[in-house]
Amino acid sequence: MDIGILEKGFQQHVDAEKKIEAKDWMPEKYRNTLIRQISQHAHSEVVGMLPEANWITRAPSLRRKVALLAKVQDEAGHGLYLYSAAETLGAERADLVEALNDGSAKYSSIFNYPTLTWADIGAIGWLVDGAAIINQVMLQRTSYGPYSRAMIRICKEESFHQRQGYEMMLTLCNGSPEQKAMAQDALNRWWWPSLMMFGPTDKDSPNSALSMKWKIKRKSNDELRQDFVDNSVPQAKILGITIPDPDLKWNEERGHYDFGTIDWEEFYNVIKGNGPCNRQRVEARKTAWEKGRWVRDAAVAYADKKKNKEKDAA
Amino acid sequence: MKQQEVLFQYLLRLGDTNLILGHRLSELCGHGPVLEEDIALTNIALDLIGQSRILLSYAAKAEGQGRTEDDLAYLRDVGQFRNLLLAEVPNGDFAVTICRLFLYSAYTCELLTLLCDSKDEYLAGYAAKALKEATYHLRHSTNWMVRLGDGTAESHHRLQTALNRLWMYIPELFDGDAIDVQLQETGIAPDPNVLKEKWNTRVNAVLAEATLNRPPDQWMGKGGRDGIHTEHLGFILAELQYLQRAYPGNQW
Repeated sequence: MDIGILEKGFQQHVDAEKKIEAKDWMPEKYRNTLIRQISQHAHSEVVGMLPEANWITRAPSLRRKVALLAKVQDEAGHGLYLYSAAETLGAERADLVEALNDGSAKYSSIFNYPTLTWADIGAIGWLVDGAAIINQVMLQRTSYGPYSRAMIRICKEESFHQRQGYEMMLTLCNGSPEQKAMAQDALNRWWWPSLMMFGPTDKDSPNSALSMKWKIKRKSNDELRQDFVDNSVPQAKILGITIPDPDLKWNEERGHYDFGTIDWEEFYNVIKGNGPCNRQRVEARKTAWEKGRWVRDAAVAYADKKKNKEKDAA
Repeated sequence: MKQQEVLFQYLLRLGDTNLILGHRLSELCGHGPVLEEDIALTNIALDLIGQSRILLSYAAKAEGQGRTEDDLAYLRDVGQFRNLLLAEVPNGDFAVTICRLFLYSAYTCELLTLLCDSKDEYLAGYAAKALKEATYHLRHSTNWMVRLGDGTAESHHRLQTALNRLWMYIPELFDGDAIDVQLQETGIAPDPNVLKEKWNTRVNAVLAEATLNRPPDQWMGKGGRDGIHTEHLGFILAELQYLQRAYPGNQW
């Protein structure tokens, strides 16, 4: 069949708000864009375990420890669903992991920042999960069925994580002066990197138009970022801590908060691998993978032996 | 010793061992050999720390001094911890991690089965709940024991080495003392010798299937239950208790 006819049918299907499923015809670029996006999302979940896992052994109460362990475990689970969603498009998980380990695949820039105090764990839950949810709520309606369904499931857990993180911040802000200072310091360090999570401005985001046309995305980076700022300002007020942006103010005319300029030089440097923890994060993933090689080999060898034994017995 | 004091000490032994082993497993979160195993080990860490919370809360109640689970976990020093030394052993490679979990779960499965009939109702109720979790821990670690033992030459060698290394901590599991005797007499806890027999039967069967040699019995590493630990516990507590020690009296 003529590719033009297929493309037209595909677009009509998308425009009619119908989901594309794994076996449906799709433009190669749609497939590749999704594999890239979903695998980056999966890598972000897996790399995102590291900065939070950094505080599991130091959590200040058994209740907090159990909650943090469960949260990081949820992220591993999200990584699994997302790798599976990428596999429905013909990608191999082993190849995707390889790309993460050799540094060619990207993941969310936010996880290249260090968790220096316990308040950072609260700030990640509040801001980083908060930013992720804004993006993921939109992605629940993405045009690719398996991705959309994975997002619906993930969003439920993420909103729980966000509430948990905010409640941690609230406890710190109602605690001793040292604890409140810890919360303010965490907000100072995580605010701008959280805004960067939505990616470049719309004018510098060349792939966005096509993603919108195919309804992979439904809102632009700047729209999502604005939603995040509008949500966060009243939350910071309740906490009684200050967002580190002197230009932040309510704009009556727009019905939104205006905010200052993001340091894009920092953003592009972190993306390129020069962030404070890029090397440690990739190194940690690589080490885990390499140290686990003999384990995976043993599992395969044992399964083969067992299969042969069963064959001989038959 | 008064009955409540004996019960307090016994509960600390159980609760501390689960806390320290759970801590060890939680160190691996994000660093597993494959994502599925990361999830499984984290799950087991969660179970163990969850069990420890129940035990330490009950211990605090038995003690009757108004302490909480967190006071016991965060504000005691090395010499007051009562865990088995096996739990403190560093994670090492995956063979050590799995072998330690297997040897311990084989023990807790037998212990919890018998504790289900404890005359202490609370402990019996705890045991019934924890046994379900321990059964999964044992199944999971047994599967890996067999896979690694009968996998490649390398995995076999690593697992046999781990087993030999951990064996010195096994006698402590069954080394009954006055506390065990008193609780056994009152029908609260089982006889360690009965546990030992059951443990041997189960472990021998798995070692045979995994093509591993049972190491010869040797001089035992013990003392954990009396507060004499390995050098590792101090570092574990330095990490675990850091925030409570650096900012005393705060709520988190």
